[in-house]
Amino acid sequence: MKNIWTIAKREYDNYFNGPLAYVVMLAILLPMGIYFSLILFYTGQQAMFGGGGAPDVQPINGLFIFLMVFLSPALTMRLLSDEARMGTLELLLTAPVRDSELVIGKWLGAMLFVMFILLITLVYPLVLNNFVDPGIDWLVVISSYIGLILVCGTMLAIGVGVSAIFSNQFASFFVTLGIIFFLYFMIGLPAGLLPQSGEVFNYLSLQNPYDQMNAGTMTLGGIVYYLSLISLGLFAGTTAIEIRRWR
Amino acid sequence: MIKVSGLTKDYGSRRAINNLNFDCQQGEIVGFLGPNGAGKTTTMRILTGYMPPSDGEALVAGYDVVEESLEVRKRVGYLPETVPLYHDMVVFDYLKYMGELRHIPNVDDRVEEALDMVGLINRSDGYIGNLSKGMKQRVGLAQALLHRPEVLILDEPTIGLDPGQVVEVRELIRSIGKERTVLLSTHLLNEAQNLCDRVLIINKGKIVAEDTTENLQARLLGAERVVVRVRGEADELASSIKTVKGVRKVETLDDGGVEFEFASGKDLRPEVARQVIGDGYDLLELRPLGMSLEEIFLELTGNEGKK
Repeated sequence: MKNIWTIAKREYDNYFNGPLAYVVMLAILLPMGIYFSLILFYTGQQAMFGGGGAPDVQPINGLFIFLMVFLSPALTMRLLSDEARMGTLELLLTAPVRDSELVIGKWLGAMLFVMFILLITLVYPLVLNNFVDPGIDWLVVISSYIGLILVCGTMLAIGVGVSAIFSNQFASFFVTLGIIFFLYFMIGLPAGLLPQSGEVFNYLSLQNPYDQMNAGTMTLGGIVYYLSLISLGLFAGTTAIEIRRWR
Repeated sequence: MIKVSGLTKDYGSRRAINNLNFDCQQGEIVGFLGPNGAGKTTTMRILTGYMPPSDGEALVAGYDVVEESLEVRKRVGYLPETVPLYHDMVVFDYLKYMGELRHIPNVDDRVEEALDMVGLINRSDGYIGNLSKGMKQRVGLAQALLHRPEVLILDEPTIGLDPGQVVEVRELIRSIGKERTVLLSTHLLNEAQNLCDRVLIINKGKIVAEDTTENLQARLLGAERVVVRVRGEADELASSIKTVKGVRKVETLDDGGVEFEFASGKDLRPEVARQVIGDGYDLLELRPLGMSLEEIFLELTGNEGKK
């Protein structure tokens, strides 16, 4: 457990050693800030004319997840690929660290960074709470944020798993992007085309369980699905590292 | 400390090492020599727990490198050939990170101790990427020494260092080797000769020679093999030489000479000279066949060793 934390801490710090952390934060917080301002502006306008409903965090958090589809591969692409390319993987694999600890530590480092950004985004519901009378529904906010953590954790786990397979970080980026894009946007499409048997595809979509959580409905199926995908991603990463040893 | 038996590693259809058998004792510095692609790095990687062998067994500090890999890794300090480092990290932070992964108590003190040992204490706050090649090599060495390992495995430890640093690092390895086991690979044959108690020469995945440096020195001094030439028949000369007590492996050469061997430690050349002259031969040449380590290396490894 200590090794996982040591690796996670180093990865978290490492994001801030280069421009990546700031680029990702800008790419997330700027559109979210603009979107949030627009929501406040239009909701205010509508309220002045006696129409519209109270604004909530759902659309803002939906935008966060949409952006993470494209940014999470950037956060994970170098995690293990770069270690393999630079040869530092040899150092880690000859240190008394289990392969699973290495992979989980890398994932946790990326998760800590995403949680840091999520922490910043908490300003939106806090601001919103001041504008809405009698305040926003915090249970919906909590449900939405748990959903955000689970979906981001899933995306990052997929990314870490892919990063363990490739030594080239660009290959890692595009393969991760492809998998996440497919699971988020495309896997649910057959559900509409096959009304009888297609419902199963809805369950496999990364988007659907989150949409429910974002609306304040936590489903056990959704939580189990995300936790299963996180485990699968980390297991794939650990297996890829073990295969590297045997090659 | 290290016991290797029947160690074999295949990369696909290519056999990198084939049935290696050797051992290294505590307080011994063992040199691992061989041409490029001979299997040195593969063997070292197996011993450090980086990769498992395809067949055979290796014990390091009494632990199996496959079954008890974590225990092995706790006890081994490893400097890979390419000296992989995080160039965007500060020297001290990097060593502290590696120390924390090894759960070293008072890690800050140990990092300073290791930096002091490799002479980099004044560069501890510099970025690794800004260091010279030799300094990076020393950072890698500090990383290998950080946890005071029982076994130190060094892949080309002095490559890239300037002559002064080479002397310092060799001195450091020598002092470590007094108490611990050091297995080092090198292309520098004089390094193996000066530093190592014993040398393993590997070629095409097989150990082709294993000897103490003293015995190799003996060959260098030429006290083992001697060629004799006289005016006369080589066959008769060979018969004459065979009568000298202690002489063995007497062979006639195509050019009319005779080559013989005797056990190192006792020089039989005076006795052979007296015998040859006493038998009425005109002695033309009595020449020790001195072999340098380079010659031994080239002879054992064939053309590949000439790289």
